[in-house]
Amino acid sequence: MRDYYLAILNGSLLTVAVSLASLAVATLIGLLGAAAKLSGRRPLVWLATSYTTVVRGIPELLMMLLIFYGGAIGLNNLLEAFGYEEGVDLDPFIAGVLTIGFIYGAYMTETFRGAILAIPKGQMEAAWAFGMGRAQTFVRITLPQMVRYALPSFTNNWLVLIKATALVSLIGLHDMTYLAKQSSAAVREPFAFFLFTAALYLVYTSLSLWALRRLSERYSLGADKVQLL
Amino acid sequence: MNWSVIFEPDTLALYGQGLLVTLQLTLYSLGLGAVLALACALALVSPRAWLRWPAQTFTYFMRGTPLLIQVYLIYYGVAQLEWVQARWDAVWPWTQFKEPFFCTLLSFSLNTAAYTAETLAGSIRETHKGEVEAARAMGMGHGMLMRRIVLPSAIRRMLPAYGNEVVMMLHSSSLASTVPALLDLTGAASRVYADFFLPFEAYLFAAAIYLCITFALIGASKLLERRFLGYLAPRKH
Repeated sequence: MRDYYLAILNGSLLTVAVSLASLAVATLIGLLGAAAKLSGRRPLVWLATSYTTVVRGIPELLMMLLIFYGGAIGLNNLLEAFGYEEGVDLDPFIAGVLTIGFIYGAYMTETFRGAILAIPKGQMEAAWAFGMGRAQTFVRITLPQMVRYALPSFTNNWLVLIKATALVSLIGLHDMTYLAKQSSAAVREPFAFFLFTAALYLVYTSLSLWALRRLSERYSLGADKVQLL
Repeated sequence: MNWSVIFEPDTLALYGQGLLVTLQLTLYSLGLGAVLALACALALVSPRAWLRWPAQTFTYFMRGTPLLIQVYLIYYGVAQLEWVQARWDAVWPWTQFKEPFFCTLLSFSLNTAAYTAETLAGSIRETHKGEVEAARAMGMGHGMLMRRIVLPSAIRRMLPAYGNEVVMMLHSSSLASTVPALLDLTGAASRVYADFFLPFEAYLFAAAIYLCITFALIGASKLLERRFLGYLAPRKH
Protein backbone atom coordinates (compact mmCIF):
# COMPACT_ATOMS: atom_id res chain seq x y z
CA MET A 1 0.00 0.00 0.00
CA ARG A 2 2.77 2.38 0.97
CA ASP A 3 4.48 1.83 -2.36
CA TYR A 4 1.50 3.18 -4.27
CA TYR A 5 1.49 6.38 -2.25
CA LEU A 6 5.23 6.72 -2.74
CA ALA A 7 4.79 6.25 -6.48
CA ILE A 8 2.18 9.02 -6.59
CA LEU A 9 4.45 11.25 -4.52
CA ASN A 10 7.21 10.50 -6.99
CA GLY A 11 4.88 11.38 -9.87
CA SER A 12 4.39 14.81 -8.36
CA LEU A 13 7.94 15.61 -9.50
CA LEU A 14 6.83 15.11 -13.08
CA THR A 15 3.82 17.36 -12.45
CA VAL A 16 6.16 20.06 -11.17
CA ALA A 17 8.49 19.58 -14.16
CA VAL A 18 5.63 19.76 -16.67
CA SER A 19 4.15 22.85 -15.05
CA LEU A 20 7.46 24.74 -14.83
CA ALA A 21 8.45 23.88 -18.40
CA SER A 22 5.00 24.91 -19.65
CA LEU A 23 5.22 28.14 -17.69
CA ALA A 24 8.51 28.95 -19.41
CA VAL A 25 6.98 28.30 -22.83
CA ALA A 26 3.84 30.28 -21.95
CA THR A 27 5.83 33.24 -20.65
CA LEU A 28 7.96 33.32 -23.78
CA ILE A 29 4.93 33.13 -26.07
CA GLY A 30 3.15 35.68 -23.90
CA LEU A 31 5.97 38.20 -24.22
CA LEU A 32 6.18 37.67 -27.98
CA GLY A 33 2.39 37.90 -28.30
CA ALA A 34 2.22 41.09 -26.26
CA ALA A 35 5.03 42.59 -28.32
CA ALA A 36 3.19 41.64 -31.51
CA LYS A 37 -0.10 43.09 -30.28
CA LEU A 38 1.53 46.36 -29.27
CA SER A 39 3.76 46.60 -32.34
CA GLY A 40 1.09 48.38 -34.35
CA ARG A 41 2.00 46.41 -37.48
CA ARG A 42 -1.18 45.12 -39.07
CA PRO A 43 -0.18 41.52 -39.88
CA LEU A 44 1.45 41.00 -36.47
CA VAL A 45 -1.51 42.44 -34.59
CA TRP A 46 -3.90 40.34 -36.66
CA LEU A 47 -1.88 37.17 -36.09
CA ALA A 48 -1.61 37.69 -32.32
CA THR A 49 -5.28 38.62 -31.99
CA SER A 50 -6.50 35.57 -33.86
CA TYR A 51 -4.14 33.40 -31.80
CA THR A 52 -5.49 34.62 -28.46
CA THR A 53 -9.10 34.54 -29.65
CA VAL A 54 -9.01 31.02 -31.07
CA VAL A 55 -6.95 29.44 -28.29
CA ARG A 56 -9.11 30.91 -25.55
CA GLY A 57 -12.22 29.67 -27.35
CA ILE A 58 -11.31 25.98 -27.40
CA PRO A 59 -11.20 23.56 -24.44
CA GLU A 60 -7.69 22.71 -23.25
CA LEU A 61 -8.29 18.99 -23.43
CA LEU A 62 -9.40 19.19 -27.06
CA MET A 63 -6.37 21.31 -27.91
CA MET A 64 -4.11 18.77 -26.26
CA LEU A 65 -5.63 15.85 -28.16
CA LEU A 66 -5.43 17.83 -31.39
CA ILE A 67 -1.75 18.62 -30.93
CA PHE A 68 -0.78 15.19 -29.58
CA TYR A 69 -2.60 12.99 -32.07
CA GLY A 70 -2.81 15.45 -34.94
CA GLY A 71 0.75 16.63 -34.44
CA ALA A 72 2.11 13.08 -34.57
CA ILE A 73 0.46 12.47 -37.92
CA GLY A 74 1.49 15.85 -39.24
CA LEU A 75 5.08 15.23 -38.19
CA ASN A 76 5.13 11.81 -39.82
CA ASN A 77 3.66 13.15 -43.05
CA LEU A 78 6.29 15.86 -43.05
CA LEU A 79 9.09 13.35 -42.47
CA GLU A 80 7.70 11.12 -45.18
CA ALA A 81 7.72 14.04 -47.58
CA PHE A 82 11.43 14.45 -46.85
CA GLY A 83 12.04 10.78 -47.52
CA TYR A 84 12.16 9.29 -44.01
CA GLU A 85 10.08 6.14 -44.08
CA GLU A 86 10.22 5.21 -40.38
CA GLY A 87 7.51 6.82 -38.32
CA VAL A 88 8.31 8.70 -35.15
CA ASP A 89 6.20 8.99 -32.02
CA LEU A 90 5.64 12.37 -30.48
CA ASP A 91 7.10 12.42 -26.98
CA PRO A 92 4.16 12.98 -24.59
CA PHE A 93 6.24 15.19 -22.31
CA ILE A 94 7.15 17.55 -25.14
CA ALA A 95 3.65 17.44 -26.59
CA GLY A 96 2.14 18.16 -23.17
CA VAL A 97 4.49 21.00 -22.38
CA LEU A 98 4.09 22.58 -25.81
CA THR A 99 0.30 22.32 -25.66
CA ILE A 100 -0.06 23.77 -22.18
CA GLY A 101 2.52 26.43 -23.00
CA PHE A 102 0.73 27.26 -26.26
CA ILE A 103 -2.64 27.59 -24.50
CA TYR A 104 -1.47 29.63 -21.54
CA GLY A 105 0.71 31.73 -23.83
CA ALA A 106 -2.58 33.22 -25.04
CA TYR A 107 -3.63 34.15 -21.51
CA MET A 108 -0.14 35.45 -20.75
CA THR A 109 -0.26 37.61 -23.89
CA GLU A 110 -3.27 39.44 -22.47
CA THR A 111 -1.63 39.69 -19.05
CA PHE A 112 1.58 41.19 -20.39
CA ARG A 113 -0.20 43.47 -22.84
CA GLY A 114 -2.28 44.93 -20.03
CA ALA A 115 0.77 45.30 -17.81
CA ILE A 116 2.76 47.13 -20.47
CA LEU A 117 -0.17 49.43 -21.20
CA ALA A 118 -0.43 50.24 -17.49
CA ILE A 119 3.03 51.82 -17.48
CA PRO A 120 2.77 55.58 -18.05
CA LYS A 121 3.92 56.45 -21.54
CA GLY A 122 6.07 59.32 -20.34
CA GLN A 123 8.53 56.88 -18.79
CA MET A 124 9.38 55.29 -22.10
CA GLU A 125 9.60 58.69 -23.76
CA ALA A 126 11.95 59.81 -20.99
CA ALA A 127 14.09 56.71 -21.55
CA TRP A 128 14.27 57.43 -25.29
CA ALA A 129 15.13 61.04 -24.53
CA PHE A 130 18.08 59.75 -22.49
CA GLY A 131 19.25 57.94 -25.56
CA MET A 132 18.30 54.40 -24.52
CA GLY A 133 17.58 52.01 -27.34
CA ARG A 134 14.44 49.90 -27.60
CA ALA A 135 16.04 46.87 -25.92
CA GLN A 136 17.58 48.89 -23.14
CA THR A 137 14.31 50.67 -22.45
CA PHE A 138 12.55 47.34 -22.23
CA VAL A 139 15.07 45.78 -19.84
CA ARG A 140 15.60 48.80 -17.61
CA ILE A 141 12.29 50.64 -17.64
CA THR A 142 9.43 48.48 -18.88
CA LEU A 143 10.28 45.05 -17.48
CA PRO A 144 10.80 45.91 -13.78
CA GLN A 145 7.53 47.84 -13.61
CA MET A 146 5.65 45.45 -15.82
CA VAL A 147 6.29 42.68 -13.29
CA ARG A 148 4.37 44.62 -10.68
CA TYR A 149 1.31 45.10 -12.87
CA ALA A 150 1.45 41.61 -14.36
CA LEU A 151 1.89 39.61 -11.16
CA PRO A 152 -1.75 39.37 -9.97
CA SER A 153 -2.98 38.07 -13.32
CA PHE A 154 0.20 36.01 -13.78
CA THR A 155 -0.52 34.33 -10.45
CA ASN A 156 -4.03 33.43 -11.58
CA ASN A 157 -2.74 32.01 -14.84
CA TRP A 158 -0.10 30.01 -13.01
CA LEU A 159 -2.66 28.45 -10.66
CA VAL A 160 -4.91 27.49 -13.57
CA LEU A 161 -1.89 26.13 -15.43
CA ILE A 162 -0.90 23.88 -12.49
CA LYS A 163 -4.37 22.39 -12.47
CA ALA A 164 -4.29 21.95 -16.25
CA THR A 165 -1.22 19.71 -15.94
CA ALA A 166 -3.52 16.94 -14.69
CA LEU A 167 -4.65 16.64 -18.33
CA VAL A 168 -1.25 15.30 -19.45
CA SER A 169 -2.22 12.05 -17.75
CA LEU A 170 -4.68 11.58 -20.61
CA ILE A 171 -1.95 11.52 -23.25
CA GLY A 172 -0.02 8.87 -21.35
CA LEU A 173 2.38 10.91 -19.26
CA HIS A 174 3.00 9.27 -15.87
CA ASP A 175 2.21 12.26 -13.68
CA MET A 176 0.53 11.91 -10.31
CA THR A 177 -2.99 11.86 -11.73
CA TYR A 178 -2.05 9.00 -14.04
CA LEU A 179 -0.36 7.08 -11.23
CA ALA A 180 -3.33 7.61 -8.93
CA LYS A 181 -5.62 6.17 -11.58
CA GLN A 182 -3.34 3.18 -12.16
CA SER A 183 -3.07 2.56 -8.41
CA SER A 184 -6.85 2.72 -8.01
CA ALA A 185 -7.26 0.15 -10.74
CA ALA A 186 -4.74 -2.11 -8.99
CA VAL A 187 -5.91 -1.98 -5.37
CA ARG A 188 -9.46 -0.66 -5.71
CA GLU A 189 -9.11 2.21 -3.31
CA PRO A 190 -9.76 5.10 -5.67
CA PHE A 191 -11.15 7.49 -3.06
CA ALA A 192 -8.01 7.40 -0.94
CA PHE A 193 -5.64 7.71 -3.89
CA PHE A 194 -7.47 10.58 -5.56
CA LEU A 195 -7.86 12.40 -2.26
CA PHE A 196 -4.13 12.03 -1.72
CA THR A 197 -3.42 13.44 -5.19
CA ALA A 198 -5.84 16.30 -4.56
CA ALA A 199 -4.01 17.07 -1.32
CA LEU A 200 -0.67 17.17 -3.17
CA TYR A 201 -2.15 19.61 -5.69
CA LEU A 202 -3.45 21.74 -2.81
CA VAL A 203 0.03 21.85 -1.29
CA TYR A 204 1.49 22.83 -4.66
CA THR A 205 -1.04 25.58 -5.36
CA SER A 206 -0.86 26.92 -1.80
CA LEU A 207 2.93 27.07 -1.85
CA SER A 208 2.91 28.88 -5.20
CA LEU A 209 0.34 31.33 -3.96
CA TRP A 210 2.47 32.08 -0.91
CA ALA A 211 5.67 32.47 -2.96
CA LEU A 212 4.06 34.71 -5.56
CA ARG A 213 2.56 36.89 -2.84
CA ARG A 214 6.01 37.41 -1.40
CA LEU A 215 7.28 38.27 -4.88
CA SER A 216 4.42 40.67 -5.42
CA GLU A 217 5.21 42.44 -2.15
CA ARG A 218 8.82 42.70 -3.24
CA TYR A 219 7.90 44.26 -6.57
CA SER A 220 5.32 46.61 -5.06
CA LEU A 221 7.84 48.26 -2.76
CA GLY A 222 7.50 51.97 -3.18
CA ALA A 223 4.16 51.75 -4.99
CA ASP A 224 1.38 53.85 -3.55
CA LYS A 225 -1.09 51.74 -1.66
CA VAL A 226 -4.70 52.86 -1.62
CA GLN A 227 -6.44 52.35 1.69
CA LEU A 228 -10.06 51.39 1.15
CA LEU A 229 -12.60 52.23 3.84
CA MET B 1 -7.06 16.33 -45.26
CA ASN B 2 -10.12 14.26 -45.79
CA TRP B 3 -13.24 16.13 -44.81
CA SER B 4 -15.80 14.02 -46.64
CA VAL B 5 -15.92 11.46 -43.83
CA ILE B 6 -16.72 14.16 -41.28
CA PHE B 7 -19.74 15.31 -43.27
CA GLU B 8 -21.26 11.85 -43.62
CA PRO B 9 -24.70 11.79 -41.98
CA ASP B 10 -23.63 9.17 -39.42
CA THR B 11 -20.60 11.14 -38.28
CA LEU B 12 -22.59 14.36 -38.07
CA ALA B 13 -25.22 12.56 -36.00
CA LEU B 14 -22.48 11.43 -33.61
CA TYR B 15 -21.25 15.01 -33.25
CA GLY B 16 -24.82 16.17 -32.74
CA GLN B 17 -25.31 13.63 -29.98
CA GLY B 18 -22.08 14.75 -28.33
CA LEU B 19 -23.03 18.41 -28.66
CA LEU B 20 -26.31 17.71 -26.91
CA VAL B 21 -24.54 16.07 -23.95
CA THR B 22 -22.03 18.93 -23.78
CA LEU B 23 -24.79 21.55 -23.76
CA GLN B 24 -26.84 19.60 -21.22
CA LEU B 25 -23.88 19.18 -18.87
CA THR B 26 -22.92 22.85 -19.19
CA LEU B 27 -26.44 24.18 -18.65
CA TYR B 28 -27.42 21.85 -15.82
CA SER B 29 -24.19 22.29 -13.91
CA LEU B 30 -24.38 26.07 -14.29
CA GLY B 31 -27.95 26.02 -12.98
CA LEU B 32 -27.21 23.73 -10.08
CA GLY B 33 -23.93 25.52 -9.46
CA ALA B 34 -25.65 28.92 -9.31
CA VAL B 35 -28.01 27.78 -6.54
CA LEU B 36 -25.14 26.27 -4.53
CA ALA B 37 -23.00 29.34 -5.20
CA LEU B 38 -25.62 31.69 -3.79
CA ALA B 39 -25.84 29.71 -0.55
CA CYS B 40 -22.07 29.38 -0.38
CA ALA B 41 -21.45 33.08 -1.06
CA LEU B 42 -23.90 34.08 1.68
CA ALA B 43 -22.02 31.78 4.05
CA LEU B 44 -18.69 33.27 2.93
CA VAL B 45 -19.74 36.82 3.82
CA SER B 46 -21.54 35.77 6.97
CA PRO B 47 -20.32 37.23 10.26
CA ARG B 48 -20.78 33.79 11.86
CA ALA B 49 -17.56 31.79 11.85
CA TRP B 50 -19.30 28.39 11.88
CA LEU B 51 -20.95 29.28 8.56
CA ARG B 52 -17.88 30.90 7.05
CA TRP B 53 -15.40 28.15 7.82
CA PRO B 54 -17.03 25.25 5.96
CA ALA B 55 -17.68 27.50 2.95
CA GLN B 56 -14.06 28.67 2.91
CA THR B 57 -12.75 25.12 3.16
CA PHE B 58 -15.04 24.04 0.35
CA THR B 59 -13.96 26.79 -2.06
CA TYR B 60 -10.31 26.35 -1.08
CA PHE B 61 -10.42 22.65 -1.91
CA MET B 62 -12.42 23.01 -5.13
CA ARG B 63 -10.32 25.89 -6.47
CA GLY B 64 -6.99 24.39 -5.46
CA THR B 65 -7.37 20.99 -7.12
CA PRO B 66 -7.83 20.05 -10.78
CA LEU B 67 -11.34 19.38 -12.00
CA LEU B 68 -10.13 16.09 -13.48
CA ILE B 69 -9.23 14.84 -9.99
CA GLN B 70 -12.63 15.96 -8.72
CA VAL B 71 -14.38 14.06 -11.49
CA TYR B 72 -12.35 10.94 -10.72
CA LEU B 73 -12.93 11.39 -7.01
CA ILE B 74 -16.69 11.32 -7.49
CA TYR B 75 -16.96 8.89 -10.40
CA TYR B 76 -14.42 6.29 -9.25
CA GLY B 77 -13.86 7.31 -5.63
CA VAL B 78 -17.32 7.43 -4.11
CA ALA B 79 -17.98 3.86 -5.23
CA GLN B 80 -15.20 2.75 -2.88
CA LEU B 81 -16.97 3.99 0.24
CA GLU B 82 -18.75 1.10 1.93
CA TRP B 83 -21.27 3.48 3.38
CA VAL B 84 -22.39 4.38 -0.15
CA GLN B 85 -22.13 0.80 -1.40
CA ALA B 86 -24.56 -0.29 1.30
CA ARG B 87 -27.14 2.18 0.01
CA TRP B 88 -26.75 2.60 -3.70
CA ASP B 89 -28.94 -0.34 -4.64
CA ALA B 90 -32.00 0.98 -2.89
CA VAL B 91 -31.87 4.35 -1.12
CA TRP B 92 -32.68 7.20 -3.49
CA PRO B 93 -29.95 9.80 -3.74
CA TRP B 94 -27.24 7.14 -3.57
CA THR B 95 -28.69 5.08 -6.42
CA GLN B 96 -27.68 8.00 -8.66
CA PHE B 97 -23.99 7.36 -8.06
CA LYS B 98 -24.22 4.48 -10.50
CA GLU B 99 -25.06 6.94 -13.27
CA PRO B 100 -22.01 8.41 -15.05
CA PHE B 101 -24.02 11.47 -16.12
CA PHE B 102 -25.01 12.22 -12.54
CA CYS B 103 -21.46 11.81 -11.19
CA THR B 104 -20.03 14.12 -13.84
CA LEU B 105 -22.81 16.65 -13.35
CA LEU B 106 -22.26 16.62 -9.59
CA SER B 107 -18.52 17.26 -9.85
CA PHE B 108 -19.00 20.01 -12.46
CA SER B 109 -21.68 21.71 -10.35
CA LEU B 110 -19.60 21.66 -7.19
CA ASN B 111 -16.63 23.01 -9.11
CA THR B 112 -18.44 25.90 -10.79
CA ALA B 113 -20.29 26.62 -7.52
CA ALA B 114 -16.99 27.20 -5.72
CA TYR B 115 -15.67 29.61 -8.35
CA THR B 116 -18.98 31.46 -8.68
CA ALA B 117 -19.35 31.70 -4.90
CA GLU B 118 -15.99 33.42 -4.55
CA THR B 119 -16.86 35.85 -7.35
CA LEU B 120 -20.25 36.62 -5.82
CA ALA B 121 -18.80 36.97 -2.33
CA GLY B 122 -16.22 39.41 -3.66
CA SER B 123 -18.95 41.37 -5.36
CA ILE B 124 -21.06 41.43 -2.19
CA ARG B 125 -18.10 42.70 -0.14
CA GLU B 126 -17.72 45.55 -2.63
CA THR B 127 -21.20 46.86 -1.92
CA HIS B 128 -21.09 50.53 -1.09
CA LYS B 129 -21.28 51.18 2.63
CA GLY B 130 -23.80 53.98 2.16
CA GLU B 131 -26.31 51.67 0.48
CA VAL B 132 -26.26 49.32 3.46
CA GLU B 133 -26.53 52.18 5.95
CA ALA B 134 -29.44 53.69 4.05
CA ALA B 135 -31.25 50.35 4.01
CA ARG B 136 -30.68 49.90 7.75
CA ALA B 137 -31.97 53.44 8.36
CA MET B 138 -35.13 52.50 6.44
CA GLY B 139 -35.59 49.72 8.99
CA MET B 140 -34.75 46.74 6.79
CA GLY B 141 -33.77 43.52 8.53
CA HIS B 142 -30.85 41.38 7.40
CA GLY B 143 -32.88 39.21 5.02
CA MET B 144 -34.65 42.07 3.31
CA LEU B 145 -31.41 44.04 3.09
CA MET B 146 -29.75 41.16 1.27
CA ARG B 147 -32.74 40.47 -0.98
CA ARG B 148 -33.57 44.03 -1.98
CA ILE B 149 -30.32 45.96 -1.80
CA VAL B 150 -27.14 43.90 -1.69
CA LEU B 151 -27.84 40.92 -3.96
CA PRO B 152 -29.45 42.76 -6.92
CA SER B 153 -26.49 45.08 -7.33
CA ALA B 154 -23.86 42.47 -6.39
CA ILE B 155 -25.20 40.01 -8.98
CA ARG B 156 -25.18 42.72 -11.63
CA ARG B 157 -21.62 43.64 -10.85
CA MET B 158 -20.44 40.04 -11.10
CA LEU B 159 -21.89 39.62 -14.61
CA PRO B 160 -18.62 40.13 -16.55
CA ALA B 161 -16.75 37.65 -14.35
CA TYR B 162 -19.66 35.22 -14.53
CA GLY B 163 -19.59 35.39 -18.32
CA ASN B 164 -16.01 34.11 -18.15
CA GLU B 165 -17.08 31.38 -15.76
CA VAL B 166 -19.78 30.23 -18.20
CA VAL B 167 -17.22 29.93 -21.00
CA MET B 168 -14.86 28.10 -18.62
CA MET B 169 -17.65 25.68 -17.74
CA LEU B 170 -18.31 24.97 -21.41
CA HIS B 171 -14.63 24.19 -21.86
CA SER B 172 -14.39 22.17 -18.64
CA SER B 173 -17.31 20.05 -19.78
CA SER B 174 -14.90 18.46 -22.26
CA LEU B 175 -13.55 16.51 -19.26
CA ALA B 176 -16.75 14.49 -19.44
CA SER B 177 -15.03 12.58 -22.25
CA THR B 178 -12.70 11.05 -19.63
CA VAL B 179 -15.66 9.26 -18.08
CA PRO B 180 -16.33 6.03 -19.94
CA ALA B 181 -19.90 5.59 -21.12
CA LEU B 182 -20.38 9.34 -21.53
CA LEU B 183 -20.09 10.80 -25.01
CA ASP B 184 -19.78 14.57 -25.12
CA LEU B 185 -18.53 16.66 -28.04
CA THR B 186 -14.86 15.94 -27.29
CA GLY B 187 -15.69 12.28 -26.76
CA ALA B 188 -17.47 12.22 -30.12
CA ALA B 189 -14.38 13.68 -31.78
CA SER B 190 -12.21 11.01 -30.14
CA ARG B 191 -14.61 8.34 -31.38
CA VAL B 192 -14.41 9.69 -34.94
CA TYR B 193 -10.63 9.81 -34.66
CA ALA B 194 -10.52 6.20 -33.49
CA ASP B 195 -12.92 5.03 -36.21
CA PHE B 196 -11.31 6.75 -39.20
CA PHE B 197 -7.83 7.65 -37.91
CA LEU B 198 -8.28 11.27 -38.91
CA PRO B 199 -7.15 13.22 -35.80
CA PHE B 200 -6.85 16.64 -37.45
CA GLU B 201 -10.24 16.62 -39.10
CA ALA B 202 -12.04 15.01 -36.15
CA TYR B 203 -10.70 17.38 -33.49
CA LEU B 204 -10.69 20.50 -35.66
CA PHE B 205 -14.38 20.04 -36.44
CA ALA B 206 -15.19 19.78 -32.72
CA ALA B 207 -12.94 22.79 -32.04
CA ALA B 208 -14.89 24.84 -34.57
CA ILE B 209 -18.16 23.96 -32.83
CA TYR B 210 -16.75 24.91 -29.42
CA LEU B 211 -15.47 28.16 -30.90
CA CYS B 212 -18.93 29.04 -32.26
CA ILE B 213 -20.60 28.35 -28.91
CA THR B 214 -17.92 30.37 -27.12
CA PHE B 215 -18.51 33.35 -29.40
CA ALA B 216 -22.27 33.07 -28.92
CA LEU B 217 -21.81 33.01 -25.14
CA ILE B 218 -19.48 36.01 -25.20
CA GLY B 219 -21.98 37.90 -27.36
CA ALA B 220 -24.82 37.03 -25.01
CA SER B 221 -22.86 38.14 -21.99
CA LYS B 222 -22.06 41.47 -23.70
CA LEU B 223 -25.78 41.95 -24.34
CA LEU B 224 -26.64 41.14 -20.73
CA GLU B 225 -23.98 43.52 -19.49
CA ARG B 226 -25.39 46.29 -21.65
CA ARG B 227 -28.86 45.59 -20.31
CA PHE B 228 -28.02 45.22 -16.61
CA LEU B 229 -24.83 47.21 -16.21
CA GLY B 230 -25.71 50.08 -18.52
CA TYR B 231 -25.91 52.45 -15.58
CA LEU B 232 -22.24 51.80 -14.80
CA ALA B 233 -20.97 52.30 -18.35
CA PRO B 234 -19.06 55.50 -19.13
CA ARG B 235 -21.43 58.07 -20.63
CA LYS B 236 -21.43 58.25 -24.37
CA HIS B 237 -22.74 61.75 -25.00
